[in-house]
Amino acid sequence: MPEIFGIPSAALFGQLLIGLINGSFYALLSLGLAVIFGLLNIINFTHGAQYMIGAFCAYLLFNKLGLGYWWSLAIAPVAVGATGVVIERTMLKPLYKLDHLYGLLLTFGLALIIEGLFRNQYGSSGQPYPIPQELTGGHNLGFMFLPTYRGWVIFASLVVCFGTWFVIEKTKLGAYLRAATENPHLVQAFGINVPRMITLTYGFGVGLAALAGVMAAPIYQVSPQMGSSLIIVVFAVVVIGGMGSIMGSILTGFGLGVIEGLTKVFYPEASNTVIFIIMAIVLLFKPAGLFGTQR
Amino acid sequence: MVQLRKLAAAVALATAGAMSAGAAHAQISGGVVKIGVMNDMSSLYADIGGPGSVEAARMAVEDFMKTSKAKLKVEIVSADHQNKPDVGSNIARQWYDVDGVDAIADVPTSSVALAVNQVTRDKGKAFLVTGAASSDLTGKACSPNTVHWLYDTWMLANGTGSAIVKTGGDTWFFLTADYAFGHALERDTAEVVKKNGGKVLGQVRHPLNTQDFSSFLLQAQASKAKIIGLANAGGDTINSIKQAAEFGIVKGGQNLAGLLVFITDVHGLGLNTAQGLILTEAWYWDLNDASRAWAKRFAPKNGGKYPSMDHAGVYSAVLHYLKAVEAINSDDGTKVIAQMKKMPTDDPLFGKGRVRADGRKLHDVYLFEVKKPAESKGPYDYYKVRATIPAEQAFRPEKDGGCSLVK
Amino acid sequence: MKAGAAPGHQKLVFLLMAAFFVLAPLALYPVFLMKVMCFALFACAFNLLIGYGGLLSFGHAMFFGSASYAAAHAAKVWGFPPEAAILFGTAAAALLGLVTGLLAIRRQGIYFAMITLALAQMMFFFYLQAPFTGGEDGIQAVPRGRLFGFIDLGNIWAMYFTVLAIFLGGFLLIHRTIHSPFGQVLKAIRENEPRAISLGYDTTRYKLMAYLLSATLSGLAGATKSLVFQLASLTDVHWTMSGEVVLMTLVGGLGTVFGPVLGAAIIVSMANYLAQLGAWVTVVQGAIFVICVLTFRRGIIGELGHFLKKPL
Repeated sequence: MPEIFGIPSAALFGQLLIGLINGSFYALLSLGLAVIFGLLNIINFTHGAQYMIGAFCAYLLFNKLGLGYWWSLAIAPVAVGATGVVIERTMLKPLYKLDHLYGLLLTFGLALIIEGLFRNQYGSSGQPYPIPQELTGGHNLGFMFLPTYRGWVIFASLVVCFGTWFVIEKTKLGAYLRAATENPHLVQAFGINVPRMITLTYGFGVGLAALAGVMAAPIYQVSPQMGSSLIIVVFAVVVIGGMGSIMGSILTGFGLGVIEGLTKVFYPEASNTVIFIIMAIVLLFKPAGLFGTQR
Repeated sequence: MVQLRKLAAAVALATAGAMSAGAAHAQISGGVVKIGVMNDMSSLYADIGGPGSVEAARMAVEDFMKTSKAKLKVEIVSADHQNKPDVGSNIARQWYDVDGVDAIADVPTSSVALAVNQVTRDKGKAFLVTGAASSDLTGKACSPNTVHWLYDTWMLANGTGSAIVKTGGDTWFFLTADYAFGHALERDTAEVVKKNGGKVLGQVRHPLNTQDFSSFLLQAQASKAKIIGLANAGGDTINSIKQAAEFGIVKGGQNLAGLLVFITDVHGLGLNTAQGLILTEAWYWDLNDASRAWAKRFAPKNGGKYPSMDHAGVYSAVLHYLKAVEAINSDDGTKVIAQMKKMPTDDPLFGKGRVRADGRKLHDVYLFEVKKPAESKGPYDYYKVRATIPAEQAFRPEKDGGCSLVK
Repeated sequence: MKAGAAPGHQKLVFLLMAAFFVLAPLALYPVFLMKVMCFALFACAFNLLIGYGGLLSFGHAMFFGSASYAAAHAAKVWGFPPEAAILFGTAAAALLGLVTGLLAIRRQGIYFAMITLALAQMMFFFYLQAPFTGGEDGIQAVPRGRLFGFIDLGNIWAMYFTVLAIFLGGFLLIHRTIHSPFGQVLKAIRENEPRAISLGYDTTRYKLMAYLLSATLSGLAGATKSLVFQLASLTDVHWTMSGEVVLMTLVGGLGTVFGPVLGAAIIVSMANYLAQLGAWVTVVQGAIFVICVLTFRRGIIGELGHFLKKPL
C-alpha cells in the first residue's frame, strides 16, 4: 500500500474524501447564509434548523408516504422554502428598521423552538434513512474505496453551488438582486418589487439549506441536533470567507472541509478546532475575510 | 378506683401502641418508601432502559406487595438525566433533599452514575445501579450506599473479550465512547487482550451520541487490526456497525467486536446485519420458563418491546431492596444497603445470588451468539447460548478492585 | 446628576432584593436559590457588555465554563481552599477575556456576535478533548473546603451566605461601574461611536475594558457555581449556555440594572419546574426569545421602568 508522508494512501484519501463531503455541506450552507445576509443583512440562525427540517422531510416522506430520495430532493426544498417565506413575511419584516442584532436573536429563538419541537417528538438520537438504491455500493479505486453515494454528494453540491453563483453573478435576475443589496430604494424606484425579491431570496436560501438536509440524511442520520452542531462551524466558514462574496463562501466551504479532513489524518485531536483557529488567524490579518469587502 | 386504674392502663396501652406504631413509621421517612428511576428517556440509551425501567420497577413493587406482610407504602418517581452528569446530580440532590426519595435505581451512562454515586453517599441514601457499566463503581469509587446490580466492564471484557482473543482475534483497535464507561471498557478489555497474548494496535475516541463514524472507522481500517473493538453502547454501537458495512470493513477482512450489546441493539440492527455477533449479557428473556413468563407480562406495558437485561435488573434490584427495607423496617440508605449484602438474593429472573462487600451483585452470565435470520422462529428470538459463565468467575475478584470497603 | 450617585429608588430596590435573598432560603430550597444567584451574577456581567457597551456576545459560556473548570480543578486536584479556587477561576476567565477580546473587538455588531460564538465553540471542543476536564464525565466531587481555613462550606448555610456575599459584591461592583465616568463614556460610545471618537476617546480600549470586566465577572459566577454544585461539566461551556444568558438578560431587560437578576430567576425557575417536560423547555425558551424580540424588547424590568418613568 503506497504511503504518503508516512500515512497509508487509503487512509489519506479516505479522510480527504470525507473532508470534501463535509466541505460540500459547509459550502451549501454558507452559500445560503451569504445569500440571505447579502440581501437582508440578517444572520439566519435558523439555517441549521431548516437544514434539519429538510432532512426530516425526507425521512417523513419516505416513512409515511413511501416517497423516495429523488422525490424528497424536489419536494423538501420547496416545502421548507415556503415556510421560510412565511417566516420572513410575518416575523423578519418588522425587524428591518431595528438594530440587526434583533434579527439574529429572533432567528436564534426560532431555531430553539424548531429543534425543541423535533426533539420532543423524536428524541435526541438519530433516525435511520437508507441510501437510495441507485447510489448504494461503491467503487474500489485502487488507492481508496469510494462509496457511490458520497461521490454523488460532492458532485451534486458542486453543481448547485456553481449554479447559484452563475445565477447571481451572471444573469439579469442576479444583477437586480445585487443592485437591490447596494441600494434598495433606487432599485425600487426603477419599478422592481424589492420586498418581494427579498422574500423570495430568503425562501431560496432556506430551500438551499433544506436541500443540503436531504442530501445529508443518508450519511449523517436524521436527528434534531444535526443542524445546531453544524451551523456554528458554518458561521466560522462565513467569517473566514467574507460575508459579501458568493464565490468566497463556496471556495472557503470546500477548502475548509479539505483542511479539516487533512487535520484528521495528521493531527486528529485538533480536527474539531482547526476551522476556528483559522478563523482567529484570518481575523488578525484580514478582518473582512479572505474574499470579503468591508461593508 | 378500679375504673381509674383500668383507665390508666388503657391509656398507657394505647399510648404504647401509638408510640410503637409511630416509631415503626418514624423509621420509614415520610411514611413512604420512594424510589426514583433515573435514566435516559429520550436519547441513545432510551430503549435499553427508558420508560421500560419504570414499568419494571412498578412490577417489582406489585410482586413485593403480594407476598409482603409489612404494610409498606411504596411510590415510584422517574426522571430523564439526558446523559449529563450535572443534570443527573441535580435531580438526585433535589430528589433526596426536597422530594423525600430514598433510593435511586437504574442510571445508565457511567458518568452520571458516578455523580449520583457521590451525591447518594453524601446524603446517606441508597443507589441501586443497574444500567451503568463502569467497574469503578465497585472499585475505586465503591461506596457503602451503592450496589452495582447487573453487569460491568470487567465482566464484559472477560466474557466477550477473552472469547474473541482465544479464537484468533489477537490484534485489536478500539473505537471508544469518550467518557467513563468507554474508557473503563477499553481499559478492561485491553488488559484481557494482553493477558491472552494479544496486542492493542491503537484507539480512537468519539463523542457520546455520534451520528457519523466515517472518519473514526477509516482510522480503524488503516490500523489493519484483526478486531475492531466497539467500546461503546446503544445508538453509537448501532451506527458504528451500520457504517462499517458502508465502508466495506468486514469485507476487507476485519471483524467487529461489540463489547456491550443489548437485545434492543440487535433489534435495531436487524438479524441480517447482526448475525454472528458474539456478546455477553446477564439475562435473556428466553432463558427459562420464569424469564419467558416475565417477558410476556412486561412486553404489553412497554409498547410490545421485549425486555432488555437492564429492565430485568431494575426489577430484581428493586425487589431485593424492598425485601431489605421490610427486614429492618427502615429506609435509611446505608442500613438498607448493608442489609442487602447480608441477605442472599433470590428472584424469578436471576435465581439465587448474593451481593459482595464491595457492592457487586453476583449471578451467572452468558456468552451469546446472534442467530442467523433463518434460525429465528419468532419475535425477539435472536440469541443462542454459547456458554454459561458461573457467577464467581464472571466478575472481578473482590480483592483486585481497589475498593476500600473490602478488608 | 453627578456620576457616581445611584438614584434613591435604585437603592431601595437593591435593599429589597438583598432582603429577599436573605430571607428566601427559609421557604425555598437553598440550592435552587444559590443557582439563581450564580446565574443572576452571570447575567448582570453579560448585561454590562450588551446593555451598556452595546456589544452582543454569543459566546459568554466560555468565560463561565472556563472559570468553572479552573476552579474545580484547583479545588480538587491542587487542593486550593475555596476562596483561592474561586479567585483562580475568575483569573482564568479574565485571561481568556483578554485574549478573545483582542481578537473580537476589532469587529462590531453581527460580526462580533458571530466571532464570539465561534471562539466559544472552539473552547468547547478544546475542553471536550482536554484530559483535565474529564470530557463527558466532567470534574466531579469537587470539595467545597473550608473558607478562610475555618468556615466549613459543607454546611449549607455557610455556603449560602458565601454565595450571597459574592453575588451582592459582584452586583455592587457592576453598579458602581455603570454609574462611574467610565460607565458614562461607555454609554456615549454605545449611542454614537463616531462622535465619541471625535471627542478624543479611544473607543476600542473602552470597549475592551468593558469586555474584560464582563468576562471576569462571568468567570466569578462560574467558579462559584462549580463549588456550589461540586461539579464542572461540558454543559457550562456549551453554546446553549451562551444562549440562555442572552435570554435571561433579554427577558429581564437589556441595559437595566435589575433586569438580569429577575430574568435569571425566571429562566432558572422555569427550567427547574418544566424539567419533567424535557424538550419543551427549549421550545418555551425559543418562544420567549421570539416574543421578546417582536413585542417586548424592553424586557420586564425595562417595561416597569418605562412605566414608572424611572431607570431600573
